Amino acid sequence: MKNVWTITRKEFRAYFDSPIAYIFITAYLLLVNFLYLWTFFVVGQADMRPFFGLMPFVLLFFVPSISMRQWAEERKMGTLEILLTTPVREVEVVLGKFMASMGLLAVMILLTFNIPVLLGYLGSPDWGVIICGYLGSLLLGASYMAIGLFASSLSENQIVAFIISIAICTLMLILGEWFFLMLVPDIFVPVFDYIGLGTHFESMGRGVVDSRDIIYYLSVIGVFLYLNVNTVENRSWV
Amino acid sequence: MIKVDDLTKYYGATLAVDRVSFEVQKGEVVGFLGPNAAGKTTTMRMITCYLEPSGGNVEVAGHNVYDHPHEVRNCIGYLPESCPLYPEMNVVDYLTYIAELRQVPSPERRGRISEMVEVTGLASVLYKDIGELSKGFRQRVGLAQAMVHDPDILILDEPTSGLDPNQIVEIRRLIRDIGREKTIILSTHILPEVSATCNRVLIINDAKLVASGTTDELINSAQGGDVVTVSVQADQDALYEAMREAPFVSEFNKVGEESVDGRAWIALEIKSGESAIGERLFRLVVDKGWSLRELRTEKMSLEEVFARLTTAG
Repeated sequence: MKNVWTITRKEFRAYFDSPIAYIFITAYLLLVNFLYLWTFFVVGQADMRPFFGLMPFVLLFFVPSISMRQWAEERKMGTLEILLTTPVREVEVVLGKFMASMGLLAVMILLTFNIPVLLGYLGSPDWGVIICGYLGSLLLGASYMAIGLFASSLSENQIVAFIISIAICTLMLILGEWFFLMLVPDIFVPVFDYIGLGTHFESMGRGVVDSRDIIYYLSVIGVFLYLNVNTVENRSWV
Repeated sequence: MIKVDDLTKYYGATLAVDRVSFEVQKGEVVGFLGPNAAGKTTTMRMITCYLEPSGGNVEVAGHNVYDHPHEVRNCIGYLPESCPLYPEMNVVDYLTYIAELRQVPSPERRGRISEMVEVTGLASVLYKDIGELSKGFRQRVGLAQAMVHDPDILILDEPTSGLDPNQIVEIRRLIRDIGREKTIILSTHILPEVSATCNRVLIINDAKLVASGTTDELINSAQGGDVVTVSVQADQDALYEAMREAPFVSEFNKVGEESVDGRAWIALEIKSGESAIGERLFRLVVDKGWSLRELRTEKMSLEEVFARLTTAG
């Protein structure tokens, strides 16, 4: 487990040693603040639900752009060969990279604290719902991240990795949407409703913490991290 | 130290390494020669546990790559081809990172790193980003990272490719110095490098091991016997007669004739199935009462040996 922490620290610093982290954070904060405040003063409610409503779509683009470099870059440069001939386990590298990219994502999401502060100043929001929404955003982001890291291990081209992860995430989102559920036979509706990434997020955005939602996200993360360990162990690219 | 047995690797249906077997003793510096895509890199990747073999066995310091990959990795330092490093990290941070992954205990880490920095001459670039370094310095960082955990074995894949002649000489000297204490396998397709740094050569061609031995052994076995050039002052017919009768001469050719002060010198190239025929040839000429002004044993160069082993069939 010491190795996981070593790799996490190295990868986390790599984001902040280059302009990547600063560009991502700035772009993200500008975008979500703009999109939220655009309607906030018109509606005039101390409510963050519209803000969390943006998350599935905003993170859909931001998360894969954080994760895309992790494996693709190391494969392209060949640095993976040195990394994987040291006595570390593949699972340790996968977890280290996951935690480092989650670190950056968490910094990004938590830096939107200006919005709850503004709400607290202007009105009296329901703090439980806000905390729950942040938790949901992190879990949703973590699921996207696990998918993105897996996609990154499939290609040595970062752009290809980016597109693959958006494709998988979008597919998982659509599965639970009403327009897709209308197309499937009735007996399968609950199944797809459960598999969809977005459904679980909506209830958390309303302030409902259901253990089923949390278990769902943890299993999505687990499955894609497991697939990631598998592709790295197989080294099918050599 | 390293024992490779019938090592085989398939990529899909392509055979990349075909039943290669060899042993490397402690303290040897072994050169791994072969044309591009012969299977050198693949073999090295299997020894370092980057790739799993399709068949056969590799044992490193008594540990088998299938059952104890971590122990094997612990006693090997590896520098892959083209020296892949993280360009955005500086030299100290990078060496610290590798030392941590290599499980160098933290009290010793500083000492090991400064020792490596000294051995490889990196002191002047410690805090520079690796991306800003010249190729020669980057190669030194690569060597430093391979040795940071003080492994008994070093595996270096084309350690001098892409360097200028001065840098090549420096890196070779470094390898020779390191080779006094460690077991080294290095791959290359630069032949003088082998004579300059290695005790022993393995030649691999088309996925198979085709030759193994010291450079002299390889040359002798490829040549199959001596080739000697002599320049003798004698009557041509008598000389030819003597050559045809000599038991150790299997073939001869006249390669030149020169007249000095009215005396003719005949130059012959003599091929023999045996080795060390120089002395016998000298006695023969003396017994006949002829004069001899040149007797030279021709050596095939390693280049010719290599070309013969890796192109014919």
